[in-house]
Amino acid sequence: MPLLDARDVYGGYGGMNILNGVDMAIEATEVGVIVGPNGAGKSTMLKAIFGLLSVNQGEILLNGETIHNLPPNKLVQRGMGFVPQEHNVFPSMTVQENLEMGAYLKPDNIKRMLERVYEFFPPLKEKRHQPAGELSGGQRQMVAMGRALMPEPDLLLLDEPTAGLSPLYMNEIFERVKEVNAAGVGILMVEQNAKQALAIADKGFVLAAGQNRFTDTGAALLADPDVAKSFLGG
Amino acid sequence: MNELVFFINNVVIAGSVSGSIYAMGAVGVTLIFSIMRFAHFAHGDMMTFGAFMVLLLTTLFPQAGAAIGIPTPILLMPLAMALTAALAVGIDRTFYKPLRAHGVKPIVMVIASLGVTLMLQGLIRLFAGTGGSSLYVDDRKEIFRLPVPIESVRVPVVITEPQLYLFGLTILSVIGLHLFLSRSRLGKAMRAMSDNPDLAQASGINTNTIVAVTWMLAGGLAAIAGTLLSLDVTFKPDLSFFLLLPIFAAAIVGGVGHPFGAIAGGFVVGFAESLAVFNWSVLLRPFRDSLPEWLELPANLAFVGTEYKIVVPFFILVAILVWRPTGIFKGKVIT
Ligand SMILES: Nc1ncnc2c1ncn2[C@@H]1O[C@H](COP(=O)(O)OP(=O)(O)O)[C@@H](O)[C@H]1O
Ligand SMILES: [Mg+2]
Repeated sequence: MPLLDARDVYGGYGGMNILNGVDMAIEATEVGVIVGPNGAGKSTMLKAIFGLLSVNQGEILLNGETIHNLPPNKLVQRGMGFVPQEHNVFPSMTVQENLEMGAYLKPDNIKRMLERVYEFFPPLKEKRHQPAGELSGGQRQMVAMGRALMPEPDLLLLDEPTAGLSPLYMNEIFERVKEVNAAGVGILMVEQNAKQALAIADKGFVLAAGQNRFTDTGAALLADPDVAKSFLGG
Repeated sequence: MNELVFFINNVVIAGSVSGSIYAMGAVGVTLIFSIMRFAHFAHGDMMTFGAFMVLLLTTLFPQAGAAIGIPTPILLMPLAMALTAALAVGIDRTFYKPLRAHGVKPIVMVIASLGVTLMLQGLIRLFAGTGGSSLYVDDRKEIFRLPVPIESVRVPVVITEPQLYLFGLTILSVIGLHLFLSRSRLGKAMRAMSDNPDLAQASGINTNTIVAVTWMLAGGLAAIAGTLLSLDVTFKPDLSFFLLLPIFAAAIVGGVGHPFGAIAGGFVVGFAESLAVFNWSVLLRPFRDSLPEWLELPANLAFVGTEYKIVVPFFILVAILVWRPTGIFKGKVIT
């Protein structure tokens, strides 16, 4: 049984559908990567999965149970974490307070998970008493991922975690994503740095105009000349 | 030296009294703004309502305090705080929450709060009448005259019992608020929601709970401030006219969204007021002989007359909005 199984999803903002029948499934052990042109509906798909907009048609299952149109706090309880692309930290709160807020629904996790998160992201331990708003972009992204990991999710949704980061930080974040996945968290992430992201993807989804264009393993998509020509810049 | 004591009584004590009251009102305004993003104009009336509840309870049980030896209005204040907190939550549920659910612009919320102002004032007048009334029903206001142990000083430092309670409760509230916001799970969630409401929700924070807690805190503090103001002077149904401008000035001076900025702002406004109405001639009088002859010391030398005290927060407000709209501690700009 897949960890996440989205079938024929239609949804969008207001009455308009941005997603026109998207299918997406990943297993608990996998890293899934969504790529595609700007405005394709990649972020919209993550928001639909995390209950931030209404799904008008289709079905989304988490561990075999239907979850579509459950509110975000219920989804957090069921093991989902979401890191939005922007505004993904509490800027005036310290790094540690940001992380604590991630475990708001599971306060018993705080002590143990703080340790784990600091193991994944050592720079955060040093800066734990500094306001998150004062950190560099890459470290803020670590705080955002750490916050989402605090309740020990089964599935982590990441929206462009490397946007605006230098190549050095980009690789660092991809490394961490792999480690988090190896520790037993399924990952579904949207990426603009398509080649590097597909390189670590078990499954890749190429979206365009709110529909699946290609779905395969990351390696197969990278090797596919059609995908390369239209979506990976040759 | 008599002049110095005069200064202590009229500036230091008077400024701390107004400062404490404004601080507790301004904290509420700033908390409400940081959680709900609108300027709550009915806040002055929430303060009046708290005092009105004390008046009502004290009239019902005038002897309650005598048994334990503290003034009845002070004894009954916690009950009034709870009632005011309940009123604040009730008003939110009835008037503001439906508007929020519709996603209206902040200005609509502000206008709704003006409506609440009129409603609360009407309600209070209906029961308390239009005139002033003393919260001391069975008790007497204790006035302490503390002699200064210097021989030439004959003027005592004067401080009243409600003023002492006010200072004590202000200190307690500030410490309590600090511990709540920095240590408790709920307080941190409140700061999180103020920082980033969407992310707070995505973290599983129940925003309805935070909204309710915000109203309870703001209502409770408003009740303390309103009651102690009424004990210091007298209870009037239109107290809010004298409170609204200073508490908003205080919240903005302190940087909207910063609870501790609002407290500092409250004292800035309180001291500015008492310095502005202070008769500086008193302090200059001892040096009368050394002043040039052409300079005759007028009997009253104050920046503004006491009856125009309200222009002080007005000027502070204008000045801060012109020079530093984010306040001393870089707050949000009220739009
Ligand atoms: N909050 C919103 N309200 C209305 N339309 C939106 C909103 N966010 C995005 N859209 C629209 O939805 C479409 C898909 O956007 P998005 O999912 O963000 O694309 P991307 O694939 O670049 O992440 C775009 O046409 C965009 O204009
Ligand atoms: Mg996007």
